Amino acid sequence: MGISMEQIPRLRPGFRFQWEPAQNAHVLLYPEGMVRLNGSAGAVLKEVDGQRNVADIVALLEQQFPDAGSLLEDVSDFLKDAEQQHWIVFT
Amino acid sequence: MNGHHAMPAGDRPGIGPPLWLLAELTYRCPLQCPYCSNPLDFAQTQQELTTEEWVRVLRQGREMGAAQLGFSGGEPLVRQDLAELIAEARQLGYYTNLITSGLGLTEAKVNAFRDAGLDHIQVSFQASDPELNNAVAGSRKAFDHKLAMARAVKEAGYPMVLNFVIHRHNIHQMEDIISLCERLGADYVELATCQYYGWAFENREGLMPSKAQLEKAEAEVNAYRERLTASGSAMKLIFVTPDYYEERLKACMNGWGSLFLTVAPDGTALPCHSARLLPIEFPNVRESSLHSIWYDSPGFNHYRGDSWMPEPCRSCDEKDKDFGGCRCQAYLLTGNADNADPVCSKSPHHDRILAARKAADHATAGLEELTYRNADNSRLFFRG
Repeated sequence: MGISMEQIPRLRPGFRFQWEPAQNAHVLLYPEGMVRLNGSAGAVLKEVDGQRNVADIVALLEQQFPDAGSLLEDVSDFLKDAEQQHWIVFT
Repeated sequence: MNGHHAMPAGDRPGIGPPLWLLAELTYRCPLQCPYCSNPLDFAQTQQELTTEEWVRVLRQGREMGAAQLGFSGGEPLVRQDLAELIAEARQLGYYTNLITSGLGLTEAKVNAFRDAGLDHIQVSFQASDPELNNAVAGSRKAFDHKLAMARAVKEAGYPMVLNFVIHRHNIHQMEDIISLCERLGADYVELATCQYYGWAFENREGLMPSKAQLEKAEAEVNAYRERLTASGSAMKLIFVTPDYYEERLKACMNGWGSLFLTVAPDGTALPCHSARLLPIEFPNVRESSLHSIWYDSPGFNHYRGDSWMPEPCRSCDEKDKDFGGCRCQAYLLTGNADNADPVCSKSPHHDRILAARKAADHATAGLEELTYRNADNSRLFFRG
């Protein structure tokens, strides 16, 4: 099932996203667990605030990375994966 | 994009920062579980760290890169300064976990801790019914209170982890346990089969399930998990099997002094919460900074890398994966912590594991024959 541009992702309750200087990376923290995110995953999750929809997030990232071309597919794939991992939920 | 990344480097080549800090605030506990991981002689421990000393530890740990923080014990709720420590930890940027029996918890505390910034509460249960739960816990009112507190935790909006320690006396309850967790709205369920350290090692014969019991339980958990997945449930089941039934080793603590740092109630710093039983001198946060403890102390460097390994580990091509297994288990089962963990079928001491499995097939001891974890029994261990 695809993700529609109007859907609004937010972090699953109890999950926290933050920058960790010691790891030089964004991480996702949850009960007794931590995922160290790579650069692109960190860049997407940084824009997930429970307000922006997928279209907003794609537009913001395309602004930040003008040389990257269309990011729609990458962002959708990642968000779908993050949903399956139960990191985020869509409202 | 799959989001993951290799682990980071720390301040010294080859040594990463301690990303996990376990604060064992106290050994005091109202329960008497016979599988407690606290040291047998816990009643000998004097002088818990003060609030100010804990705050210093938390600050030093965070500065080094620790991101996950567990408040555990004993029962951490007996510390009157818990809310203060939670607030400090959260403000420093830790993800804060409270690991509790639920005894001593109240709705007011659940809410006060949330306001202080607590991220998560894990409540442990001993069984899916009051009779068995209370017999294992050595407390008559424990079960009803735990249920009430699990509901309060959920109500307050925390993510909820429910933890059950599994052994031969409750392993038949798998389906009931999981269904109870589902009704309580758990996000994660830890079904952790006893690991045999501390009091659990003392009581191993009376706790260890037989292979047949274990296989039946595992099949039930797998079937339940499939039903959950099919129904779209996000409740995650984590079934930890006892390594006594493995042929290959667990990568214990992800390697000695690699990610985990435990601080015991009296300030002793340990690479894992069981390491205190080893004949190694460990540093104390009252005398040294966490930084020097982690990177420079003999205790934390003792089993780093692989130059300490004897055979069969030394020439084994899996030594970078499993780090020779668990030092505490090697010590408890062979008397020498340098040895390969006897769980490995290549270990010359593997017969001790086989003997334990055989004993588990024929064990008959009832719950009442176990040695319960309380101060009176603890004193017997250090008085000798």
